[in-house]
Amino acid sequence: MKGALWLIPALPFLGVLLNGVLLWRRIPRKVVAVIACGTVGLACLIGVGAVASYMASPEYAAHEPFEQVLYLWIPAGMHHLGDGSFADFSVEMGFLLDPLSAVMLFVVTFVGFWIHVYSVGYMHDDPGFQRYFVYLNLFMGAMLLLILGNNFLVLFVGWEGVGLCSYLLIGFWFKEEFPPYAGRKAFIVNRIGDAGFLVGLFALVSVFGTLNYRELFGKISANPHLVEGDYVLGLSLASFVGICLFIGAVGKSAQIPLHVWLPDAMAGPTPVSALIHAATMVTAGVYMVVRSNVLYQLAPGVSEMIALIGAITAIFAATMGLAQTDIKKVLAYSTVSQLGYMFLAAGVGAYWVAIFHLATHAFFKGLMFLGSGSVIHAMSGEQDMRRMGGLRKVLPTTYWTFLVGTLAISGVPGLAGFFSKDQILAATFEGHALLWVVGLITAGLTACYMFRLLFMTFWGEFRGSEEQRSHLHESPPMMTVPLVVLAVGAVVSGWIGLPKLGHWDWNWLSHFLEPVVAVVGGHGEEAHHLSLGLELTLMALSVGVAGLGIFVAWRTYGGDQGLVGGERWAARFPALHRLLFNKYYVDELYDATVVRGTWATARGLYRFDAKVVDGVVNGSRHVTVGTSFLSGFFDKYVVDGLVNLIGWLLHRGSQFFRRLQTGLVSQYALVVIVGMFVLVLFYVVATLQG
Amino acid sequence: MDFLVTNGLALLFYLFAFLAVGAAVLVITLRNPMYSAISLLVTFLSVAALFVLRNAEFVAMVQIFVYGGGIMVLFLFVIMLVNLHRLREIQILGEQWPLAAVIAILFIALIAFVVFTTSFGPVNPIPERLVDVEGEALGNVQAVAWSLYREYLLPFEIASLFLLVAMIGAVVLARKE
Amino acid sequence: MDIGTAHYLVLSAILFAIGMLGIVTRRNMIVVLMSIELVLNSVNLNLIAFSYQFSDLTGQIMAVFTIAVAAGEAAVGLGILVALFRLRSTTELDRAMELKG
Repeated sequence: MKGALWLIPALPFLGVLLNGVLLWRRIPRKVVAVIACGTVGLACLIGVGAVASYMASPEYAAHEPFEQVLYLWIPAGMHHLGDGSFADFSVEMGFLLDPLSAVMLFVVTFVGFWIHVYSVGYMHDDPGFQRYFVYLNLFMGAMLLLILGNNFLVLFVGWEGVGLCSYLLIGFWFKEEFPPYAGRKAFIVNRIGDAGFLVGLFALVSVFGTLNYRELFGKISANPHLVEGDYVLGLSLASFVGICLFIGAVGKSAQIPLHVWLPDAMAGPTPVSALIHAATMVTAGVYMVVRSNVLYQLAPGVSEMIALIGAITAIFAATMGLAQTDIKKVLAYSTVSQLGYMFLAAGVGAYWVAIFHLATHAFFKGLMFLGSGSVIHAMSGEQDMRRMGGLRKVLPTTYWTFLVGTLAISGVPGLAGFFSKDQILAATFEGHALLWVVGLITAGLTACYMFRLLFMTFWGEFRGSEEQRSHLHESPPMMTVPLVVLAVGAVVSGWIGLPKLGHWDWNWLSHFLEPVVAVVGGHGEEAHHLSLGLELTLMALSVGVAGLGIFVAWRTYGGDQGLVGGERWAARFPALHRLLFNKYYVDELYDATVVRGTWATARGLYRFDAKVVDGVVNGSRHVTVGTSFLSGFFDKYVVDGLVNLIGWLLHRGSQFFRRLQTGLVSQYALVVIVGMFVLVLFYVVATLQG
Repeated sequence: MDFLVTNGLALLFYLFAFLAVGAAVLVITLRNPMYSAISLLVTFLSVAALFVLRNAEFVAMVQIFVYGGGIMVLFLFVIMLVNLHRLREIQILGEQWPLAAVIAILFIALIAFVVFTTSFGPVNPIPERLVDVEGEALGNVQAVAWSLYREYLLPFEIASLFLLVAMIGAVVLARKE
Repeated sequence: MDIGTAHYLVLSAILFAIGMLGIVTRRNMIVVLMSIELVLNSVNLNLIAFSYQFSDLTGQIMAVFTIAVAAGEAAVGLGILVALFRLRSTTELDRAMELKG
């Protein structure tokens, strides 16, 4: 079954081919939905089967990944390596199945499948139904390429592919004004990150001549000194490449300073936000960092920087989420914040924890986005929480599943978020005290703003219009079943990574992911040797902070208060509130500097083109006109003259010869006789001479 | 009398030669086509005599029968049919007569020159005495007949076919619609 | 002097020239046809002269055929003349100028 690995990304592309090309506008919605969901569901099942088959195989026992190469994609030629040797640079289209990609695979396909199913209900009335699923399948195919690729270039293909689909899906309702703008913003900001990513790849190729994970990391692990010497700008190769690749991650995973696209990306349909901007695409950066852990372990300074950026992102995003009124924007900032946690974990070397949090986050954030979609659906498209309230009576399933998600993200014990966030904090505690504090505070903020969202939306009195009230209804099963499934996941997914308390070690995930994190040089696995007492204290602290956050939220927004509590806080700190509400004016800053700067440069270049380039072109116009005039003159008098001359000659000549055609028989006879006489004369003369 | 014996043939030749030429000139110069036809007849007869002088008796007879008896009659019939004898040409000479005359004289001169500078060799005067399988021929007619019906049988048949076709053609052409 | 082949040939040439003059010069169609017969006769003279010269009967045979052909040609020519006369009520050759270009 693991031989069918290539089918996993291929199936969604097949869905694209069917829905988007062959059967475009020819099949009813039911068939479109079946094809789209079916390919993803099948991919999920095959994925499970492939993983099972892999785990039973000898490669797994030897802690080796399973590689499947489809064909040689880029057979480029000989390449001069930095150290003087030659490498045959080539890139395969190949897939790698190891514990890391197995976890990613399961998360992506399982969550992806349920979001596809949800979409069938959510996009039910939309005229672009078929197009939506074509894009969604395309996204799944690209994402699967990304995580299953066996080399950086296949990853990059998927990377770009998901970026494209993000653009297509954010701007899905392209007839409105804002979605296309948001889509462009997302794509362009991503591109900035991708530029850095590519530079990192170029550096790797120029030094090692390969982008294949096993070859590359194998070479580096065997000889770490290759990447530790000075390379450029005073950085080692590992540091340089690490920074470059991380720049790509910053763009893709919306970390500060390239986070600005994610809140605007909420302009797309809610299931898209759930799938792409919570569960999968934005996590690609984390995956990439974990995949390259060999490199990051050898660049400790860069890893520190990653952790720092992750922590800063986490806390700043959390503060912004506290002041937003659009339900999806709160969730978007929450995503940015949680991604910060993942990078924090990766930065301190706790790679398996980053993946753990990635998986749990996929479940509860995906769940909450779908839940918000259910709310928006019931509110006839309204997304402003100030107009919601008391919805738990009307949308029971939505409310209860949303509650599960909120509890999970807040780190309430027993649910998934608790375990993964706790592991992050525990890993950070050692050696990175300041970052740990930041993480702890953020946890409190997270609980606070999430419960704020919950209370504002589902508790209190309904604050919407009568029109909206009359349309309030719970979503159909097509939408509520995925909610329930994901809620179960939000609870259960934490149990694969239980902390090691003393002698009790039931941490399946960390052991499972062990082969992926290489032990390189002297930098070993994170020394997770906290004492039991310390562990429990830390846990208690994080729970306490979470409880504090929930309490504050309850006091401000809970019960029947409605918006009053929030407004009182805003009144007390108006400047702060404005700052948070306007997202620290980051967008405005970018607009004033980067955007306007680019426009000004473009205008200047345009003027150059208009004056100089066009001037040359216009000059050549005059030359051409002149030469063509000469040419025309020549043609008219010389060429035509010749032609006319011939015509005139023929005319006069034929007039002359016409006189021979008198029609007089006797004249013809004379001509014949004259001719005969001449012939005889010739004959006689010839004979006489000869 | 001796003069006649020795030069008889020559005299006869010259006689008929001048007759032929004179009559020919008359043919082309007389205004009345009837007169031209009669002159032509004289020419035919003179030529026939000249044939006899060269031991071509059969051909001479054919000449007289066919030309004199056939073609001349045809001509005369047509002339009378068309009432040509009543019409008189105003000008007998065409427009090109100077050039034609020059060519004519030149032509004669050329032939004369060629002919008189070529030696023809001796003549075997008894061409009709052929020796054949069946013995000697008994005269020109028999000799011609033997030749005609053996070597030249095919042309003979074709000639008869030709005459048939010509006859049909003439009939068709001259028919009244 | 003895009459030889040369004399006959010259005579034939003279008759030929006269006939040719007639063809080219005369406007009356009948006379033209007669001139043609004259030319044919001159040719026959030539044939017979050479036949006598080389003791070859072929010349006489050819003369016979020539006469036959001349007869046929005269018949057809006169037929054409008659048809043409019916059409144009004149035998003037100059009137038949359809070939004028």
